[in-house]
Amino acid sequence: MKDKLKKMPKTWLDNLITYGMVIIVFLLVQMFISRGLVSNLLQGLLVPLCVYVILAISLNLTVGILGELSLGHAGFMCIGAFSGAFFSKVMADIITVTAVRFTLAILVGALFAGVFGFLIGMPVLRFRGDYLAIVTLAFGEIIKNVVNALFVGVDSRGFHFSLKDSMSLGLEADGDVIIKGALGIIGTPRNSNFTVGIVLVLITLFIVLNLINSRDGRAIMSIRDNLIASESIGINVTKYKLMAFSISAALAGVAGVLYSHNLNSVAATPKNFGYNMSIMILVFVVLGGIGNIRGSIIAAVVLTLLPEMLRGLNNYRMLIYAVVLIAMMLFNWSPQILAWREQHSIKDFLRKRRKVQ
Amino acid sequence: MKKLRKALCLTLAAVLMTGTLTACGNTDSGTGGNSAASDTDSTESSVSSDAGVFKIGGIGPLTGGAASYGISVKNGAQIAVDEINAAGGIGGARVEFNMQDDELDAEKAVNAYNALKDWGMNILMGTVTSGCGVAVAALSSEDNMFQLTPSGSSVDVIKDNTNVFQVCFTDPNQGIGSADYIGQIGVAANDGDMVSRVAIIYDSSDVYSTGIYEKFVEASSSQPYEIVSVEAFTESSKTDFSVQLQKAKDSGAQLVFLPIYYQEASLILSQAVSMDYNPVFFGCDGLDGILGVEDFDTSLAEGLILLTPFAADAEDALTKAFVAEYQKRFNEIPNQFAADAYDAIYIIKDAIERSGATPDMSISAMGDALIGAITQISYNGLTGNDMTWEVTGEVNKAPKAMIIVNGVYQGL
Amino acid sequence: MISLITYLINGISLGSVYAIIALGYTMVYGIAKMLNFAHGDVIMVGSFTVFWGISMQGFNPVLSVLLSIALCITLGITIEFIAYRPLRGAASSLVVLITAIGVSYFLQNIALLIFGANTKSFTSLINFGPVRLFEGQIIISGETIATIITCLIIMVCLTLFIKKTKPGQAMLAVSEDKGAAQLMGINVNGTITLTFAIGSGLAAIAGILLCSAYPSLSPYTGSMPGIKAFIAAVFGGIGSIPGALIGGILLGVIEILGRAYISSQMADVIVFMVLIIVLLVKPTGILGRKLQEKV
Repeated sequence: MKDKLKKMPKTWLDNLITYGMVIIVFLLVQMFISRGLVSNLLQGLLVPLCVYVILAISLNLTVGILGELSLGHAGFMCIGAFSGAFFSKVMADIITVTAVRFTLAILVGALFAGVFGFLIGMPVLRFRGDYLAIVTLAFGEIIKNVVNALFVGVDSRGFHFSLKDSMSLGLEADGDVIIKGALGIIGTPRNSNFTVGIVLVLITLFIVLNLINSRDGRAIMSIRDNLIASESIGINVTKYKLMAFSISAALAGVAGVLYSHNLNSVAATPKNFGYNMSIMILVFVVLGGIGNIRGSIIAAVVLTLLPEMLRGLNNYRMLIYAVVLIAMMLFNWSPQILAWREQHSIKDFLRKRRKVQ
Repeated sequence: MKKLRKALCLTLAAVLMTGTLTACGNTDSGTGGNSAASDTDSTESSVSSDAGVFKIGGIGPLTGGAASYGISVKNGAQIAVDEINAAGGIGGARVEFNMQDDELDAEKAVNAYNALKDWGMNILMGTVTSGCGVAVAALSSEDNMFQLTPSGSSVDVIKDNTNVFQVCFTDPNQGIGSADYIGQIGVAANDGDMVSRVAIIYDSSDVYSTGIYEKFVEASSSQPYEIVSVEAFTESSKTDFSVQLQKAKDSGAQLVFLPIYYQEASLILSQAVSMDYNPVFFGCDGLDGILGVEDFDTSLAEGLILLTPFAADAEDALTKAFVAEYQKRFNEIPNQFAADAYDAIYIIKDAIERSGATPDMSISAMGDALIGAITQISYNGLTGNDMTWEVTGEVNKAPKAMIIVNGVYQGL
Repeated sequence: MISLITYLINGISLGSVYAIIALGYTMVYGIAKMLNFAHGDVIMVGSFTVFWGISMQGFNPVLSVLLSIALCITLGITIEFIAYRPLRGAASSLVVLITAIGVSYFLQNIALLIFGANTKSFTSLINFGPVRLFEGQIIISGETIATIITCLIIMVCLTLFIKKTKPGQAMLAVSEDKGAAQLMGINVNGTITLTFAIGSGLAAIAGILLCSAYPSLSPYTGSMPGIKAFIAAVFGGIGSIPGALIGGILLGVIEILGRAYISSQMADVIVFMVLIIVLLVKPTGILGRKLQEKV
């Protein structure tokens, strides 16, 4: 057995640890829940944790693997959330089997977000660095603002759209307004649960890790490391950039569907689909280590739990959160502190002691 | 090296996890309860703890752009809770109040709800805003927990939820009420005629504002005035209102209807003056608080009419005492949010007394008892007299039209 | 026609506020190559200091303004020293961006604890009244005039400072090539600190003008104008001083005209659309890079 493990390529082992980590946490939490040891707060946080983990992994695909900075990730989440919730709401009476409808809703969310990712990616991926960041931020804000002003109604004559108010939909008396502008969609079925969330996390991991270790993935990483060199050896830069960006967007859409089916309503606010959220996801990625998938998972979990754990501090909660965020960034990234940690690492300390013995 | 970082992250995660896991073990001093409990402890040593404790939870934005609403609710409710405890509690039982932050985000509101359940909440006084209210009401109705929202005014908060009641008017109510007032009672324009041309400026990214706006427009079709200009603004562009005002001015509107909150309204008033535009401004309860804005030039608000259930300078003893206490403790003039919350706590008290509920009842049993009781009580408070409740959760009370004259409210 | 002119003037008025904030953004970006997301919150701190000085302590307005500038400069240097300098040379430039966001949260929440969440009304520091043209059909407020004049003065001063003085030349050198500048004996860290000091001082002035023009103050006052100004800076070509002015004013005008003639709900969407189109045509902004005005 040990030999077999040794024979496996190192990346395989690494990936196995990542999958294993997720599964073990899942089993542990399930065990604790069945014993009634888990607080309401944590039980309520399980699905959001899966949402943020998926978002972090998917953004890491753009930021870490493709090497492009995107500040509009929440926009794709928004598209996924709304298209998925819209689908569920409209199909509520037609497809009555929850599992089928929810699965389809996830696919619809992923598809819509992916298509938008592709469409936005085409013009946007010509930019690099901070300019790409600002353009993606702009697209994210456009999506949020449009959805926030979007009214969609349905009546016997079909669907009606408006960007002004529900009166201008001109619905018949039997009509129903499904998306109500700032109020969003109300009455989405609450289908999300922890098991579905973990399954989606594992699928996301599977897609991303397999992509990284595939021929396509190596092409994508070569673009990150040296665009001109990879172009000169015949790699179709545009194709691979778009591929990574669209997959990343589609996965964010999946997270969005999970998000919108966790609550009974979904509305586009600056808090959940604005640039603040995009930045929050970026914080997960950067704190966890750019390009490090397992790190993003851990960072997403830690940073989502942190403000909730600090609820006892009441007024000082967000202040402490800010301080901890800055401190963690300095601890993990500052060259001086890294050098200091290198000198005082626990492993070295142990090794030295062993040598002395 | 890298491993060390990972190990560190993992440990931190593990610590946090165990933190959450253990939080549920001791329901008495769970997450977040400690400081609220100690707040109240100081004032009610007279109440015996044998009769148990009513734990009332509150949810609202305490940080972020909407924090002022949540903090007002928190402060107003705290005053009521302290008064009740000082007077011997409810049937001898102490009241504890714990307000949790939702950052104006539905997901955080649900987290706050769960954290409050871990704390041992019996009754929910929240949420402050409608968007969060819809998400929380779905959970509270599953638990059949009694929920009374001070200011979540959308119909969607109470719709389909038998356990949710409102202290404030619903948005449609306010829209229709405003249209009726302008059309039927009539408002004199500044040129002496009755108002016949109306402009609207509303916040299209806000649930409250769009709710009133839509009903106002609907109800206006049968009124003798005409709507000549409708302009919106959004969350991310609410500093400059020159265009919206210019359009209202160009269309010859004699009255500008502002179904928005006072922060933006104070900017609109000052910008209207700087462009020599002088219509009648008319608003709903969201405008209450405009006179309390620190350093605000109250002459700008001269002639402003608002339909509000609460006026901070009303002359009745209850309002006077509340405003004095609020100013003493928080150094601010209370607004309608604070008054709604103050009333909400006393309404809960009345409902508990009517139903004879005791703290040791289960959440659902207490919910049933209070749901039955609230429709029977009639409450006199800061935000209205003879308030009664429908089974749907809606409140019946009379809106008061106020006009600002010489920097103070005057009944119309 | 009259209304178009009015809208243009309103747009310039709004734009000049964006421009003055964008100047601070662009300075810091040009030298430190970082998006200082906390800039908007330094603006808020500047306005709160003036509010505290005048309304709560009864200080003379001039004293309050000087105090505010001094405090913001100190704050800027402190932030740079604690949160940004240790990360210079970190493996990714994203890291500083995240810390800046942490600083932004920190400043907002400190202000929330000290001043509370309730909106304060800021008393305008501009004493002269509006100018009326065409028999009062067009009104230009004193704040607009003051903002535009201040903006121009600051722009000229900054340009002269960079072109004519030694520290200014050092900034230019650092922005071109940090390593080479260091080899030439330039104190890179000192130059960056100086940039932050100037940027934060400008933020204080911007805050005062912002709150004079739009007299409403809360702990979150700075964040949205901050983002808009950041867009303005990119619009004009980030790193370019005249670009910040042009970008800011254009942004203001587009926002107002979009709101007036297309849709008041979609004003922001229009602004972002135009930004994307401009960048697609000129990927480095209107005055980006080509002009060797980089700070």
